[in-house]
Amino acid sequence: MAVDLGVEVAGLTLKTPIVSASGCFGSGKEIARFTDLTSMGAVVCKTVTLKPRAGIAPPRGAETPSGMLNAIGLQNPGVDVFRDTDLAWLAERKTPAIASAGGHSVEEYVAVVERLRGAPMVAVELNLSCPNLEERGYMFALDAARAADVTRAVKAVADAPVFVKLSPDVTDLVAIARAVADAGADGLTLINTTLGMSIDIESERPRLSTGTGGLSGPAIRPIAVRCIFQVAQALPHVPIFGSGGVASGGDAIEMIMAGASAVQVGTANFYDPRATERIAAEIESWCRDRGIDRVADLKGRVKLEG
Amino acid sequence: MTGTAVVTSARVASVRTIGTYTVLAFDAPDIAGPAQPGQFVNIAQNAFGCLLRRPFSILDIDGDLVEIGFDTIGDGTRAIAASRPGDPLDVVGPLGSSYTVPEPGGAAMLVGGGYGAAPLFFLARLLRAQGTTSHMILGAATAPRLFAPDRAAAAADTITITTDDGSAGIRGRVTDAMDGIDARAIYACGPMPMLAAVAARANGRRCEVAVEEFMACGIGVCWTCVVPTHEEGYRHHQRACTDGPVFDGTVIAWP
Repeated sequence: MAVDLGVEVAGLTLKTPIVSASGCFGSGKEIARFTDLTSMGAVVCKTVTLKPRAGIAPPRGAETPSGMLNAIGLQNPGVDVFRDTDLAWLAERKTPAIASAGGHSVEEYVAVVERLRGAPMVAVELNLSCPNLEERGYMFALDAARAADVTRAVKAVADAPVFVKLSPDVTDLVAIARAVADAGADGLTLINTTLGMSIDIESERPRLSTGTGGLSGPAIRPIAVRCIFQVAQALPHVPIFGSGGVASGGDAIEMIMAGASAVQVGTANFYDPRATERIAAEIESWCRDRGIDRVADLKGRVKLEG
Repeated sequence: MTGTAVVTSARVASVRTIGTYTVLAFDAPDIAGPAQPGQFVNIAQNAFGCLLRRPFSILDIDGDLVEIGFDTIGDGTRAIAASRPGDPLDVVGPLGSSYTVPEPGGAAMLVGGGYGAAPLFFLARLLRAQGTTSHMILGAATAPRLFAPDRAAAAADTITITTDDGSAGIRGRVTDAMDGIDARAIYACGPMPMLAAVAARANGRRCEVAVEEFMACGIGVCWTCVVPTHEEGYRHHQRACTDGPVFDGTVIAWP
């Protein structure tokens, strides 16, 4: 029996529920030596901004228990180069691309998405974990009104579905998710990294040049599952990409059962360059062993009673 | 992206201790074949709670065997050092840029600090095969921290030892030994402050340095392992894993 791995997310038809997480896969060029991009639903590319950015000084990463911290500072060649090289490269390989847009003001997000109009991509994801330079560097994702402002302004210019990636570092994620959905988001990505810190006790210095950074990997997976579950329960009609420490087919299925339509794989690509292909195969074999013929049927299947 | 790297299931052939360091050889023809001096391999480990592979520069190649030499500084390297002959080893490689081997003949200076000296052994063998004299300078804080000095003496045509405390060789830094050596190219590997000091003494000669940075992926996607360069904009920070680890010393913006 063949298992149907296809899923639909906000009108997108994906071949498998596995997509790469932004910033963990480049645009696929470097990792295509190791893994078959055709086993993926889509590639979510590394975040781009309006102008090229050099990013922050090293050290930019540190390993932590079952995870890692990073602070890259959005190093990227700018949206124009990205569109003309990376998106063109993915299009040649017939791999669905989701662009990730960053910005430091509402206007910058809008300008980035305007430049992506007509580009070969199936959707845009808004990385709202960027510092808002108009509000003392406070991340857009931390405030329902600011997150909604960006979403609304981008929706007015976007010619593809818009997913909004949210931070777990908030007191009421459902309120922010609702504000973003009401502002027109076609879907959500839950979750971005959670802010962490690690100190080298010998040098007495933080292990990242910025002091703090984003924690990713299996360490944050239960937080991601909780966020997906809470938002899916409150807003059952909003499509969700689950993201946060997925390392196996079972992890991906857990997120789908919590309410995700599809799943992003991030940090696992770093230590297993074939992670996306492997995880898709693991989902297929898990379903086959249990006589489940459509992975989409697993969505939101978590049982809360009895 | 071009490149010959593969993800491969290798077999541990031998694990030895040389002084305070571990030298491990594994059987991996897919890596041994295309590997060049200065390139590295990224090895999975199973220490509790540690996800990431550990990068090691290639010490040398012997037929289908790939050798690495390293210090056991944490749980991940300890787990790899605890491997036994016959154990499987999940390796990605060969990765990154390599040293540019000079025209045959002449003389080259190879400067290594601590276990950073490892890739110079591979290079020295290729230099000898093409008739280029290699003058190796091996430095460390103390005598036990010198990497394989006996093997270095056999691999290079001349060897100069320096230690910070004078417990072996010249008391001082590797740069103190550079002035007396006549060579048209310099190849270095070691900690960043040492590489900066070596590059500062190149005096217009070709100087290639292999850097060591924290690396999450080793394959060019995570952008954690960057080195600041003199370029502006997006290319200011370049990746140690794919743009490097070997850089022209004049490219890096030394601290």
